[in-house]
Amino acid sequence: MRDSLGVAIATGTYGLSFGAVGVTSGLDVAQTCVLSLLMFTGASQFALVGVLGAGGSAVSGAFTALLLGTRNTLYGLRLAPLLEYRGWRRAVAAHVLIDESTAMAVHRADRDLARTGFWTTGGTIFVLWNLTTFAGAVAGEQLGDPRDLGLDAAVGAAFLALLWPRLSSPLSRLTAALAALVAAGAVSVTPAGVPVLVAAGVAVLVGALAPRSTDAAAGIDEGDAR
Amino acid sequence: MIWWAVLGAGLGCYLLKLAGLSVPQRVLAHPVVARIADLIPPALLAALVTVQVLAAPGGGELVLDARIAALGVAVLLLLARAPFLVVVFGSAAVAALLRLL
Repeated sequence: MRDSLGVAIATGTYGLSFGAVGVTSGLDVAQTCVLSLLMFTGASQFALVGVLGAGGSAVSGAFTALLLGTRNTLYGLRLAPLLEYRGWRRAVAAHVLIDESTAMAVHRADRDLARTGFWTTGGTIFVLWNLTTFAGAVAGEQLGDPRDLGLDAAVGAAFLALLWPRLSSPLSRLTAALAALVAAGAVSVTPAGVPVLVAAGVAVLVGALAPRSTDAAAGIDEGDAR
Repeated sequence: MIWWAVLGAGLGCYLLKLAGLSVPQRVLAHPVVARIADLIPPALLAALVTVQVLAAPGGGELVLDARIAALGVAVLLLLARAPFLVVVFGSAAVAALLRLL
C-alpha cells in the first residue's frame, strides 16, 4: 500500500512536469493532453516534446519517441505468458503496458496476483498521469518566457532523472557515455533532432560487439532468475 | 505538423506495446537483440541530456551556459535521492537565477 502511494506521488509530480514542459516546448494544451492519453509512456512523451522544443523536426521527434517506446515491447514479451490475455482484453492491457505496471506484475507468484498488480497500477497511473498532465499544461500556459524561468534546463534535468536508474550496469554506463559523445559531435553537422537518433546507433554497436559476459540484459532477466 | 507527430508517434507507441503482448516469445530469445533493445533507452536518454544541455537554441553548435550549471545541480539532487519534481524544478530555478544575475 505504501508502495502504491509512493508510485502515485511520483507519477503525479512527473505528470505535472510533463504538462508544463509540453506547453513551453511549443505544443498547445490539447496536443500535450492527447500525448498523455494516446502515447501514455513518459520517456517517449518527454523525448517528443524535448526534440520539438529544441528546434528538431516533427519526424525526428516522432522517431525518437518510437525508439524509446521499444522497451515497452520487451515488457510485453515478459508479461504475455504471465497475463495470458487475448482479444479486446489484450488490446486494452497493451495501452497501460508501461514501466510501473510491468514492475508491479512481473514478480507475482500467480496469474491472478499478476493481473491485479498490472491493472491496479496501470489504471491508477493512467488516471493520475492524464489529470496531472492537464493541470501542468494549464499552469505552464500561465508562465512567462520559458528561458527566463530556466525551463529549457528543466528538460535536461528531466532526461537525466529518467536516465539515472538505467545506469545500473557497466555496459549501460559505457553506452550512455558514448551516446552522449556521439550526440555532442553530431550537433554541429546534423539538423536539430538528428543527433539523438544517431546516438541510437551506439546502442546497436555496443549491444552487438560487447562480449557475452558483460550482459546488460541482467536487469530485465532478473525475474527469470528466481 | 505537430499534430501528425503527436498522433503518429502515439499510435506507433501503442502498437509497440501491443506487439510485445502478441508476437511469439522466440523473437526476443536472441541475446544480441535483447541486449540492443535494453541499451536503447540509456543511449537515447544520454543523448537527449547532452543535446538539451549543450546545443545552442535551434541547434547547429555547442554552447556552455546556465544549463550546464543547472545539470550539475540536477546531479547533486539525484545523488541526494530528491523526487523527480524537485530535480526538475530545482535545476530550472538555478538556471533562472543564473540568468537573472
